[in-house]
Amino acid sequence: MIELSNIQKYYGTYHALRDVTCHIQEGEFFSLLGPSGSGKTTLLRTIAGFEGINSGTVMIGGQQMDGVPPNKRPTNMVFQSYAIFPHMSVAQNVAYGLRSQRLSKTETAQMVSETLAKVGLAGYGGRAAHALSGGQRQRVALARALILKPKVLLLDEPLSALDRKLREEMQSELRRLQRSLGITFVLVTHDQEEALTMSDRVAVMFEGQIAQLDSPQALYKHPASKRVAEFFGAMNILKAEIIEVNGDIATTRIEGLGVAELAVPKAASVESSFCVGVRPESMTILDDEEQAYAKETPATVTEVEYRGEMTYYDVTIDGADKPVVVSMRNTSNRALREVGHHVRIGWENASAVLLLDQD
Amino acid sequence: MRGRLQLDADARRGLSQISLPFAFSILLLAAPLALLLAMSFWTQDFLTLDRTPTTANFVEAWTNPIYQTLMLRSLKISLIVTVVVVSLAYPAAYYMSFVAPDNRKALLVFLITIPFWTSYLMRIFLWKVILGFNGVVNGSLMGLGIIDAPLDWISYNQFAVIITLSHAWLPFAVLPIFVVMEKVNRSYLEAAQDLGDTPFQRFLRITLPLSMPGVIAATLIVFIPTIGDYVTPKLVGGPSGLMIANMIEVQFKNANNAPLGAALSLSALFLVASVAGIFVWLNRRYLKSEGAA
Amino acid sequence: MSKRILTVFMIAFILFLYAPTLLLPIFAFNDSSIIAFPLSGFTLDWFASLGAADELRKATGTSLIIATSSSIIATMLAMLATSATVRYRFPGKGAMIGTIMLPMFLPEIIIGVSLLTVVLLAGLKLSIYTIIMGHVLICTPFCIAILRSSFQQLDPSLEEASLDLGESRFDTFRRVTLPLIMPGVVSSLLIAFTISLDEFVIAFFLSGTEPTLPVYIWSQLRFPQRIPSVMALGTLLLLLSVALLTLSEVLRRRSARRLGKDMTGGVL
Repeated sequence: MIELSNIQKYYGTYHALRDVTCHIQEGEFFSLLGPSGSGKTTLLRTIAGFEGINSGTVMIGGQQMDGVPPNKRPTNMVFQSYAIFPHMSVAQNVAYGLRSQRLSKTETAQMVSETLAKVGLAGYGGRAAHALSGGQRQRVALARALILKPKVLLLDEPLSALDRKLREEMQSELRRLQRSLGITFVLVTHDQEEALTMSDRVAVMFEGQIAQLDSPQALYKHPASKRVAEFFGAMNILKAEIIEVNGDIATTRIEGLGVAELAVPKAASVESSFCVGVRPESMTILDDEEQAYAKETPATVTEVEYRGEMTYYDVTIDGADKPVVVSMRNTSNRALREVGHHVRIGWENASAVLLLDQD
Repeated sequence: MRGRLQLDADARRGLSQISLPFAFSILLLAAPLALLLAMSFWTQDFLTLDRTPTTANFVEAWTNPIYQTLMLRSLKISLIVTVVVVSLAYPAAYYMSFVAPDNRKALLVFLITIPFWTSYLMRIFLWKVILGFNGVVNGSLMGLGIIDAPLDWISYNQFAVIITLSHAWLPFAVLPIFVVMEKVNRSYLEAAQDLGDTPFQRFLRITLPLSMPGVIAATLIVFIPTIGDYVTPKLVGGPSGLMIANMIEVQFKNANNAPLGAALSLSALFLVASVAGIFVWLNRRYLKSEGAA
Repeated sequence: MSKRILTVFMIAFILFLYAPTLLLPIFAFNDSSIIAFPLSGFTLDWFASLGAADELRKATGTSLIIATSSSIIATMLAMLATSATVRYRFPGKGAMIGTIMLPMFLPEIIIGVSLLTVVLLAGLKLSIYTIIMGHVLICTPFCIAILRSSFQQLDPSLEEASLDLGESRFDTFRRVTLPLIMPGVVSSLLIAFTISLDEFVIAFFLSGTEPTLPVYIWSQLRFPQRIPSVMALGTLLLLLSVALLTLSEVLRRRSARRLGKDMTGGVL
């Protein structure tokens, strides 16, 4: 549906988008994820037509978008500030883009009420725009865009202004809405949890480039680089020493933990340097009576952090520079460890992932 | 690095929008000023204009004692009026910003500006009435028995001009100071109080420095136009209170010496711009050395 | 303590500010041709005499035409200038806006004589068109100052949203921008109108055969017996100004309420 090829964009001397190439499929929920300054919003606005580019092509629905202004593109956008017209009612806001279609009043009213119902605001048509809460405004913005039946809906950090509970509600609602409508959603966010929850695929961006484009599971389990890995939740980073390589399996000595067989990252080259990432939840603190795990390493607990559902332990391992974080679910039959306890850390090949040591 | 059209869309749109008002400004201000400058180097004999360039007009404007007196007097009056106005406007603005309750502020601004919207001519004339020989001040003071004979030093002289001009400019000075004071973050004052300052110290160390930009704006707003005031000196100045603008009018109309009038105008402009420039420069240096933003 | 002193000062300040203005209606109704105390009695004669003065009627008409034209033109130019400077960045911006705002900082007489110079050199006749141009020149900076905050409060994504939803730039201006800056536009029109109506110096220098109202008033000040009528005229003008300003303020508050914004700001 959307083809971005070799997009380069400069703001003066600032290189905002560096050779960005990306293909967004029809009907998918696609997210652009990254910290502020990564270029994700710039890229979104480029698709919408609010920003120009220095070189490269933007194609939407098979058509070249060069020189096409935003009001003529088959996209519609939900702005970060929602941009609800304060001098109009909800119904007038939602019907705004229909004016050029010259529908009759009844037809317009019908479409408006249908669309409002779809976003959960049935009956709100008569309300004044400035009397709405943040969450309601967002729905109005959605309705206003969706009523025009765009091929692509662009969302610029739509949930960042909402409080946590509302955010979680809206996340599932947006997902549900997208599935029922079947149109392509492109969402920009800096919240990795949001991206992982809602999207079919996520493009992780750093400094104007796409670092990795994958499904949420792939991003989490097989991050391409240390930076991507660290972006998605806590990740222990340990030094890696490659002993030998057989095809795409590398026998790696992991600092402190031991030797493991790990997959070589796709983007690796002869000059790459590597490190190893281990998720806290992929290791376990073994019970004294438990059978041996695939691999075992002795460690000492140095810090305990109880967080309700999980407990996070800092453990020092012989041979590793820094403590490693291990998280354990607090099940009823499991005793909490204490600082100073000597424990055995159980782990396996699948616990670790070989990462490119780069940003 | 210069890319495609849409990249400069912002700049292009801005330029095309400002082009009309800017062109208007050039046509009606810059060009006429340039012509005025040209005119000041010519000479006029009755109704014929001799365009050979000469500096005679400027020499005349700067060396003739009559014009010198007028210019210096205009400068002096401007300075006094500015000092008086800003000194009175500051406490008023302070009241409006820090003492008046929030819901009254718009009302106060409104009240302050109303007199400004009444006819300027009328107001000057009314001051003539107030300060005149048989005017309100004299009449009331005599009626109350405070004086026996009317005061003759309150009208048709520089004093009358100063009072009248000060009154006219007060609202203009209050508003810029008020606007800047409103922007002062009240939590700075709370922090200072928390750290032990008395109200007066708080004023001196925080409010006053932060309100300075408003004071500077007010000073310039009053000082620069005042030097060229025409109506007030004409109506209440008497012979000793006339200012340079009156002479400029004479040159353009009765004396048929537009080039001299032009030279006088530009000289007055130069004078006021220099003083204002020095003022702004001094302020920059002072503020920088004090470490204030 | 100091609050009380300041309050007293403020009251005195406002009284001082209003003192001359309050005299206007007093002497307009005073049955005496001499403007002095003590008062002589009530009369409406002076107001009546205004109705008969043909020249006054003509001057008023001239002033109204000039003020209306100037305010409309100045407001339109100011909208362009403010929109350009608040929203876009382009080379030379500072210099251009500085030039446009300059008339606010120049003595009126300089503007008056420069325009007069142009007229003299070009051999044009003095007419109301030159006065209109002069008034537009001095009103535009004020209009810009007023419209500035209107434009700054305008969320740029509102216009982007309108474009995104399919409207052209012109329709975006009509449907979104204009309604939202309307309070500022109205203020600008009213203020420019009042400035032009009252402006004396430029009109005085550029007046041809059709004097404006202030120029007419000036000519009457020479005749002591006409003064009371001038007072009556002044009173009427005062009422008009107050009415216009009150109207402007009421409209501003009403639209602010409609947009749900706070109303503690003012003409600023």
